[in-house]
Amino acid sequence: MSAVAMTVNGKAVTGDVDPRTLLVQFLREHLRLTGTHVGCDTSQCGACVVHVNGKAVKSCTVFAWQLEGADVLTIEGLAEPNGPLHPMQEAFREHHGLQCGYCTPGMILSAIDIVNRKGNELDEHTIRHELEGNICRCTGYHNIVKAIAAGARTMGGGSAGQQAAE
Amino acid sequence: MYEFKYHRPTTVRQAAGLLARQEEAKLLAGGHTLIPTMKLRLAGPKHIIDMSKIEGLSGIEAGARSVTIGAMTKHNEVATSPVVQEAIPALASLASQIGDPAVRHMGTIGGSIANNDPNADYPAACLGLGAIIITNKRRIAADEFFKGLFETALEPDEIITKVQFPKVNKAAYVKFPNPASRYALVGVFVSKRGSEIRVAVTGAGANGVFRVKSFEEALKKRFGPKSLEGMTIPADGMGGDIHGSAEYRAHLVGVLARRAVAAAVA
Repeated sequence: MSAVAMTVNGKAVTGDVDPRTLLVQFLREHLRLTGTHVGCDTSQCGACVVHVNGKAVKSCTVFAWQLEGADVLTIEGLAEPNGPLHPMQEAFREHHGLQCGYCTPGMILSAIDIVNRKGNELDEHTIRHELEGNICRCTGYHNIVKAIAAGARTMGGGSAGQQAAE
Repeated sequence: MYEFKYHRPTTVRQAAGLLARQEEAKLLAGGHTLIPTMKLRLAGPKHIIDMSKIEGLSGIEAGARSVTIGAMTKHNEVATSPVVQEAIPALASLASQIGDPAVRHMGTIGGSIANNDPNADYPAACLGLGAIIITNKRRIAADEFFKGLFETALEPDEIITKVQFPKVNKAAYVKFPNPASRYALVGVFVSKRGSEIRVAVTGAGANGVFRVKSFEEALKKRFGPKSLEGMTIPADGMGGDIHGSAEYRAHLVGVLARRAVAAAVA
């Protein structure tokens, strides 16, 4: 068994789990935070993306015990229950950036990471390039790209284009 | 995945001791090759030695003639480092093309080089720049380091601690990525340092990364894409699989080498 201790969405959590437990399994099965998804098993699809110490990480490709002392943010941590959506979530809602929703939590967390690294004015080419680690089988990516461009602007305090969020 | 015990040493000496003592032990660096391999049961080490708690293995330093990168430095750090971008921009560019953003937040240069995946990018940079791989035991020239498919000159208890890249006059890396995995179907790294020319190819060889002597000779006369006009390498010795035949890869080597030289002189 392995001792696991980290902060998830602002709360300290501990556990004693099989050393083979991946972070995505720890989040989903032990903490019941099922917004993070398992998509491909080959570290390619990005459905499992969370933030670890402020950076996008594929949670299916790291053991829970490696996260000792780390600060983990999942999709559930972006907004208060019954609170307003995070600007990036709101942008995905407004621009219909999803269909089945399976890739969406990973898309949103990757999108926030793109903004953190590349700023609030993102052109289409940049967004598509930065999304190389996120696969969507439903949408063809068009509305995802639109949502991210809009969400990025709102995160920077600007208006989202046609529609100002909040 | 198969069961294992894990260890979190705090010094390189402890890690090397564990490697030497434990049967079927593997080092864990960024984990983005080892863990996927274990998930598929293609690897089943009984002991995993995590390198993340060892201090002093990360970081980038530029000297007068070279840039030295700690083995645990992440791809994203190399890609965005102003030091590397200024000293050897082709190296930063190569690092920025590995995997995807999330992978680049975890993957390490030491892990990539020690693994010597035939489709990885860093081996092309090491061979293409004439890097020196520094371990806990010795310094190994890149020309002597890459031995074959997933095989290096590293001894069983030897650990890469840093990689030293010489600064060069001109260099570029051009990669034709597999559209799904973004591994290099073929990647060519070219460099010129005075009269020393290097053309290193990853992704294409059936035996891993290699230099193209004929291209290097042609470029010695004149370092420009025209020197490689019409030059090809034989398909013999190239790898063929569902992603591309040996002939296709051999063809791409010529195409990408010309593009890399054009980029290097631009």
